[in-house]
Amino acid sequence: MAGRRPAPAALLLLLLAAAFAHISSAVRPVSDAHRSAAAELFAPSADGSFGDLESTYEAVRTFQILGLENYKSLSGKACKFAAENLASPGPTAKDLFHAVRISGVLRCGVDAGVYDGVVVTLKAVIKDTNSLLEFYYSVGGLLSIKEQGHNVVLSDAESTFHAIKALSQSDGRWRYDTNSAESSTFSAGIALEALAGIVSLADAEVDPSMVGVVKNDIVKLFDTIKSYNDGTFYFDEKHVDATEYKGPITTSASVVRGVTSFAAVVSGKLNIPAEKILGLARFFLGIGLPGSARDCFNQIESLSFLENNRVFVPLILSLPSIVFSLTSKDQLKVEVTTVFGSAAPSLKVNLVQVLGSDSKVITSENKELQYDLDNNVHYLDIAPLKIDVGKYSIVFEISLQEPEHETVYVTGGRNTESIIVTGLIKVNKAEIGISDNDAGTVESVQKLDLLKDTKVSLSANHLQKLRLSFQLTTPLGHTFKPHQVFLKLKHESKVEHLFVVPGSARQFKIVLDFLGLVEKFYYLSGRYDLELAVGDAAMENSFLRPLGHLELDLPEAPEKAPRPSAQAVDPFSKFGPKAEISHIFHAPEKRPPKELSLAFTGLTLLPFIGFLLGLVRLGVNLKNFPSLPGPAAFASLFHAGIGAVLLLYVLFWLKLDLFTTLKYLGFLGIFLVFVGHRTLSYLSSVSTKQKTA
Amino acid sequence: MPRATSDAKLLIQSLGKAYAATPTNLKIIDLYVVFVVATALIQVAYMGLVGSFPFNSFLSGVLSCIGTAVLAVCLRIQVNKDNKEFKDLPPERAFADFVLCNLVLHLVIMNFLG
Repeated sequence: MAGRRPAPAALLLLLLAAAFAHISSAVRPVSDAHRSAAAELFAPSADGSFGDLESTYEAVRTFQILGLENYKSLSGKACKFAAENLASPGPTAKDLFHAVRISGVLRCGVDAGVYDGVVVTLKAVIKDTNSLLEFYYSVGGLLSIKEQGHNVVLSDAESTFHAIKALSQSDGRWRYDTNSAESSTFSAGIALEALAGIVSLADAEVDPSMVGVVKNDIVKLFDTIKSYNDGTFYFDEKHVDATEYKGPITTSASVVRGVTSFAAVVSGKLNIPAEKILGLARFFLGIGLPGSARDCFNQIESLSFLENNRVFVPLILSLPSIVFSLTSKDQLKVEVTTVFGSAAPSLKVNLVQVLGSDSKVITSENKELQYDLDNNVHYLDIAPLKIDVGKYSIVFEISLQEPEHETVYVTGGRNTESIIVTGLIKVNKAEIGISDNDAGTVESVQKLDLLKDTKVSLSANHLQKLRLSFQLTTPLGHTFKPHQVFLKLKHESKVEHLFVVPGSARQFKIVLDFLGLVEKFYYLSGRYDLELAVGDAAMENSFLRPLGHLELDLPEAPEKAPRPSAQAVDPFSKFGPKAEISHIFHAPEKRPPKELSLAFTGLTLLPFIGFLLGLVRLGVNLKNFPSLPGPAAFASLFHAGIGAVLLLYVLFWLKLDLFTTLKYLGFLGIFLVFVGHRTLSYLSSVSTKQKTA
Repeated sequence: MPRATSDAKLLIQSLGKAYAATPTNLKIIDLYVVFVVATALIQVAYMGLVGSFPFNSFLSGVLSCIGTAVLAVCLRIQVNKDNKEFKDLPPERAFADFVLCNLVLHLVIMNFLG
């Protein structure tokens, strides 16, 4: 679900920027890329619907914020869906909440009468409930109805405010209702949004001391914020419960909604550090293009709340392009905008420092960037800075012109951005030749022009060496060490060998001593094609150049020499799908036909019938059953007890488990032992009396 | 040989007469043992017919029959008045043991039945 980062090189330099504890960026404000991603993620299903009420609301709200016209064509269907839910009997507060908000976004014309009924239902929910989610849905629904022009007033707002406030905890989180101990940061955001709604709907002003307590709660909530090294801040839950875990995007979005809504309706400022608001904006922008519809909705809605809020408005510094070419004399261009790309107030951007790839300071002179009003871009000519090709970190400092803007906007002070400066690399003094092993005398040296294809023709045996050397120079005249310098030898039979050309301060030189390479080359003599590859991100003229061919004469392979592995017919075939595995499952046992089993079940009962008949023939009787009521009761209880134990066994076979059975058996056993003892001792006393009598 | 068969017949008849003299309660126990063994034989015949899957069910069925037969035989030994060894053991006590052991046996059987 990772978003696509626009500047992959920036990731390298984030670690370096940590040394300075600056904010380092690589975020871009909301742009058309986000709009097309949203249109794709919220594609409606075949019948034009977006799913359930909540998904429909998320879709239409995202389209509204981004200014996408798609939803106008689908608004009819969504309006009807919302209207059905508003009119349905016995709706839940959650359904009403989403339906009312959908009607608000799409401006469906809903009957005043329908809304009257909804208002009554929601007010009844507020009166009866003590669950945070129910408060949130009903207050939110009433607020949306009020915003659509209907007159709604919440009487007794103070007690509802108190009821929601009572669910707060000392660490800034909120509980879900009075009974459960489960609390979360997500619910804190919901609670703050609900409290803001109550303040808007109240007929009289809410007690300012209560408002002050909630402001303190918000400060405590912000103490639980988490951060990454690059100045990004986000909220996440402390306890991760697998079923309810909502993730940092949803949690942070909930808190942003709650805090900005609350700040909008109360007087006075909230005591939140500005860098945390900027960090939250960077978090949402840093997602890039989100992978799921819900994440897209949370990202876009949070950014719209941050775009103009009464706490701090974050201003984002971004580079439209991070690659600057010395050849085409590009200027360094920087944009400072709000999260949605709107213009920032008047400010100054200064280039403070340029750092090289190992945090080496290239220059520390403070240069102010000039401002282009028409394109809203700050620019600077970097040629005078004498920066060579390569990857750099540039530290900018933003300062607001008007002092009163300091309390309204937050810029983050120093921002670090990473750039790549590219240029044409000159290749000169390129030479290739064969030399003899011992003397080092070069038999034949040919000068190469590596800027065009060359076709040298060399021949060597296993006692000689191949030498290749060249120099790489940057536009400013320094030695250049590219990322990739490879020499490839390819035999006629398609066997390839790659060698890295080592570079020193002066030049790149490789010496291939064939005596040591005979085994590596699998003793294959013949024609080898030579290719040189030189490449780097900062090099505008990276090349893969065929140099020519080399006739190599190697000795005969001994018997035990390694053979080259068979080359794959298609080198990409190993990435293709593998053969289908057919699993062999344990074949189920053959069972006898049902009729046979039933027949034998009946047959098993036959001996029992025979037993009963035999008993009758023997003349069994119950004469010994005690006639006196006391002993008779015990005797019947004894037989009942045995019957109960057998019934327990049947239940055990059918559905109970061993522990439950043992538990019940314990009780029954004690009972049975007691009763049995009484009965049998009575019987034995009777029989001894008979014997003695 | 005719003498052998008539001897066998006489043997069986005298056995039958002697058996008729046994007390009724012992006859009840004997009848019970016969019934239980017959049940076990029917189960074995079924298994022979259809194969021994599931084996645990077969075992628990047969062993319950055999187990209760063994307990019944023990009861018969203890209750038999002619048996000098168990003269002092009241028959009710022996019966209580029989009931208890049967209940434990059947608990194990039910667990193993599956």
